[in-house]
Amino acid sequence: MLFFIEVTLSGMMAGVMYSLVALGFVLIFKASGIFNFAQGVMALFAALTLVGLMEKFNFPIWLAIIGTIVVMIALAWLIERIMLRHLVNQEPIILFMATLGLAYVLEGMGDILWGSDVKVLDLGIPQGASDWMLDSFDIYIEKLEIFAAVTAAIMVAFLAVFFQKTRIGRALRAVADDHQAALSVGISLHTIWVIVWSVAGIVALVAGIMWGSKSGVQFSLSLIALKALPVLILGGFTSVPGAIIGGLIIGVGEKIAEVYLGPFVGGAIENWFAYMLALAFLLFRPQGLFGEKIIERV
Amino acid sequence: MRKLSRTILAALLAAPLMSGIASAYELVMPTLDYRTGPYAPNGIPFANGYGDYLNMLNERDGGINGARISLVPCETGYNTKKGVECYEKLKGEGQSGALVFQPLSTGITYQLIPKASVDEIPIFSMGYGRTSAANGKIFPWVFNFPATYWSQATVFVQYIAEKEGGMDNLKGKKIALVYHNSAYGKEPIRTLEKAAEKYGFEFMAMPVDHPGQEQKATWLQIRREKPDWVMMWGWGVMNQVAIKEAASIRYPMDRFIGVWWSGSENDVLPAGAAADGYLSGAFHQPGDNFGAHDDIKKYVYDKGMGLGDRDRIGEVLYNRGLVAAMWTSEAIRKAMEIHGTNEIRGVHVRDGFEALEVDEARLKELGLEGFTIPVSITCENHEGPGQVALQQWDAKAKKWSLVSGFYEPLRDITAPLIAEDSAQFAAENNVTERSCN
Amino acid sequence: MIYRETGQFKANYQDDQALFPIAQDRYVILVILLITFGLVPALLNEYWLNAILLPFLIYSLAALGLNILTGYCGQLSLGTGAFMAVGAFSVYKLMVAFPGIGFIPMVVLSGVITAAVGTIFGLPSLRIKGFYLAVATLAAQFFLIWLFNKVGWFFNYSATGMINAPPMTIFGAIVTGPKADPIAKYYLVAAFVAVFALAAKNIARGRIGRNWMAIRDMDIAAELIGVRPLIAKLSAFAVSSFYVGMAGALYFAVWLGSAEPTEAFDINQSFLVLFMIIIGGLGSVLGSFLGAAFLVIMPIMLKNLMVDGFGTTSALAEHIQIIVVGVLIIGFLIVEPHGLARLWRIAKEKMRLWPFPY
Repeated sequence: MLFFIEVTLSGMMAGVMYSLVALGFVLIFKASGIFNFAQGVMALFAALTLVGLMEKFNFPIWLAIIGTIVVMIALAWLIERIMLRHLVNQEPIILFMATLGLAYVLEGMGDILWGSDVKVLDLGIPQGASDWMLDSFDIYIEKLEIFAAVTAAIMVAFLAVFFQKTRIGRALRAVADDHQAALSVGISLHTIWVIVWSVAGIVALVAGIMWGSKSGVQFSLSLIALKALPVLILGGFTSVPGAIIGGLIIGVGEKIAEVYLGPFVGGAIENWFAYMLALAFLLFRPQGLFGEKIIERV
Repeated sequence: MRKLSRTILAALLAAPLMSGIASAYELVMPTLDYRTGPYAPNGIPFANGYGDYLNMLNERDGGINGARISLVPCETGYNTKKGVECYEKLKGEGQSGALVFQPLSTGITYQLIPKASVDEIPIFSMGYGRTSAANGKIFPWVFNFPATYWSQATVFVQYIAEKEGGMDNLKGKKIALVYHNSAYGKEPIRTLEKAAEKYGFEFMAMPVDHPGQEQKATWLQIRREKPDWVMMWGWGVMNQVAIKEAASIRYPMDRFIGVWWSGSENDVLPAGAAADGYLSGAFHQPGDNFGAHDDIKKYVYDKGMGLGDRDRIGEVLYNRGLVAAMWTSEAIRKAMEIHGTNEIRGVHVRDGFEALEVDEARLKELGLEGFTIPVSITCENHEGPGQVALQQWDAKAKKWSLVSGFYEPLRDITAPLIAEDSAQFAAENNVTERSCN
Repeated sequence: MIYRETGQFKANYQDDQALFPIAQDRYVILVILLITFGLVPALLNEYWLNAILLPFLIYSLAALGLNILTGYCGQLSLGTGAFMAVGAFSVYKLMVAFPGIGFIPMVVLSGVITAAVGTIFGLPSLRIKGFYLAVATLAAQFFLIWLFNKVGWFFNYSATGMINAPPMTIFGAIVTGPKADPIAKYYLVAAFVAVFALAAKNIARGRIGRNWMAIRDMDIAAELIGVRPLIAKLSAFAVSSFYVGMAGALYFAVWLGSAEPTEAFDINQSFLVLFMIIIGGLGSVLGSFLGAAFLVIMPIMLKNLMVDGFGTTSALAEHIQIIVVGVLIIGFLIVEPHGLARLWRIAKEKMRLWPFPY
């Protein structure tokens, strides 16, 4: 029983780590209807920039973080300026393809600028098992993941306030609802996009920091986007809480499946199990758990 | 502008046929590097070591027996499809054609094994690739000395037995294998299953999917099953994460043994102090305190021709590239000796490999005394000595060091498996066994 | 002037409904076929045939298959890699178990097996739509690869799960295995691609194809006018998987020669083929070829240009190449969001009017 609790808790923690990546997707999809293939590479790029600033220019941590945020905002501005502006009103799949181009460019740039070696990322985030939990309850929980969960909670709260209470947030929601209506009441699409991509860039930085602290910053970091995919589909592309709840369901589901079912069929089932789980949910709710209901008219 | 467009045209149309103009006979040694992609952190030091050593030979001795080496890198990104393209492009390169391929990935090795015999270019998959290629009768063109994954697995079993106080004490012990869920990672399973049968230990295999950033489920299972020893056949980011996870669940590091591809500085550094005591397989010394390293610094880095950073000379994977280059160049030297000419081709280099003999004395001459085990290759045995040692990580000093002698593999386990697997290959591909007398 | 249909009178329905109603189109296709089968093998060396044209043709076939599903029927699929794996493992099992039935029937048969598997994974498309549908094919992607990696029967219990293509001959020429003749391999694959590209063009303009397009454009409306979504969607999955399966069989047996499921058919493969059809042009046979050329041939050319032409180091060349490809993708999409095939259509329009402005 204790072990089951442990697996569940670990699954939830892993799920939050996936949610961190999924959040970035949701923000961009919500505001511009773009499925951003480059989100994983953005996380890598942000983490690389952070480590690069710390290592090559000897920035202190806080300055390096601010520097990276500035870089990500500049990047968002460039993306809007060079790419999105010219692709207004295109089909979603075309925009999706354009973000692939973006992913390629960022991937190459990151490597040229900062090199392909594994870089140790140490921001002083607590790491290793929580000794207290391990000693007093014999339950293994990773400190880094607790930290990530708290960060995610703060981030979601912040995003909720940002979306609900601020002027920009309301404008964002208006754009998400209807581009043309938003334009007609005087909201600048361009500004909104820059803001959304900047926020997504910062979310990518957070995801990059968490995953990068875990494994060192290296190319593989960009592949975590794949782990976020079932979360995203399950939670619904447009829902911030969906990304979190979806992450928890996927995380717990795949860990329980792997630990309890895996040994009987040879293991490594968690990847496809996550998708099967998402598929099972979608058969009942085709728009994702928290997605907006799809209304079809002829 | 015209020159530019002509260059472009030439490059586009005649890419593989370009370098036929060189006057002196050059030894074309292609390298299938991977300095990009998810496994780049491991590929870069290897490629640097390999290239630096050959460049050093060029600068110090003017090549091998006076014939200059032309090093032709091609980027594969550890991707089989790109590897095939590189192979096709480089196999006919220059006057000599490619002399020997070092495929550097299990996938590419498997790809090239059948092609090698047709194109008559030997493949040197040093300590990786298809284990049963050790059977020189079926695989005349493939060499995987100094040891295979299967030998290595049996060496780990012996090391464990030694620590447990004898082979008999293995009975009832539980040994887990955490492996990269690919052809590479699956290599040792059969051997370990056989060993488990023979010595009565319990064996459990746990796969981790590429890339392996998320291994919580695997390590939770290890926490539940509490194996006495854990082995790892990992690669890339999987290594770093596994070592961290092991540390987090307080798994004793000196009971955690990685394959020799899971034992480089890259793998342990991200885990920091927690990785202290972690073990891995090895067939050469770490460090840069050998004559050959001094020569590389003197003849290559002082002239600004080094491929990597000077202070990273002597890392584990750098030395692995270096030792690969050393054996390859020795095989070429041998081939020149056998055939009495400098103008050798791939087919001759194969003969050089099959007569390769690098003993202590030769290592000393090469400035690599005690760097690795003596190797001698024969027609039947392409695995050579098959001996493996263990190295341990000292997190404080940030250094690897060998902590055991070289163990003989348990050939009574590996030999029948090699015979079986190579026979299957022969049957599927209509290969007839050659005679070695 | 050049491309004008004036003066070409259709005297009967057959002419009017021909696959290529305009004479110039027929000539162009004829010339392309002549070049493909006559000139190319005579002029190009082994490197070009083996390392560039073979993958290009095979990817074109896979892209054609996916284009039927995604481009014509509007169902997004990210399972192409897995369906290629089904084709590859089918052909492997057939080659090992029944070497007597001949290589061409084997490839077609693996296509049929893949079609069956594809149809099963297409079932959720009846309920799930748009980007969400990707989950069904993604489940197929990860599940099938896991299956091929885990169940020993598929790879004949080899120690590592690798499969190797044994030698096969067609009319005395070896087409698989290491001793295969590059020209024979090229002819075989080119013939497959040519036949099935024409077939695809034919299916797409017929009743089934129109049903698919109706579903793509708006499935509810299509349903109302009497298109049965069950039949239309599943037939698209079946036909598409048939093509993809054959591409997978050729990819493994003729081009690679050996493969392991986790690397050769991973999710990147699925994305790659999807990107080919988007950049080439959704719902266009020509687009499948252009997309495959863009993402298979061009990167290699760029790399060779940089490494051999300018002496860039191989790693830097790779980085620059990926950036250039990225920039080109964005650039092309900005210039022409509907893919490269649309550019060709615009060019045809221009040729029709030339030299007059309108």
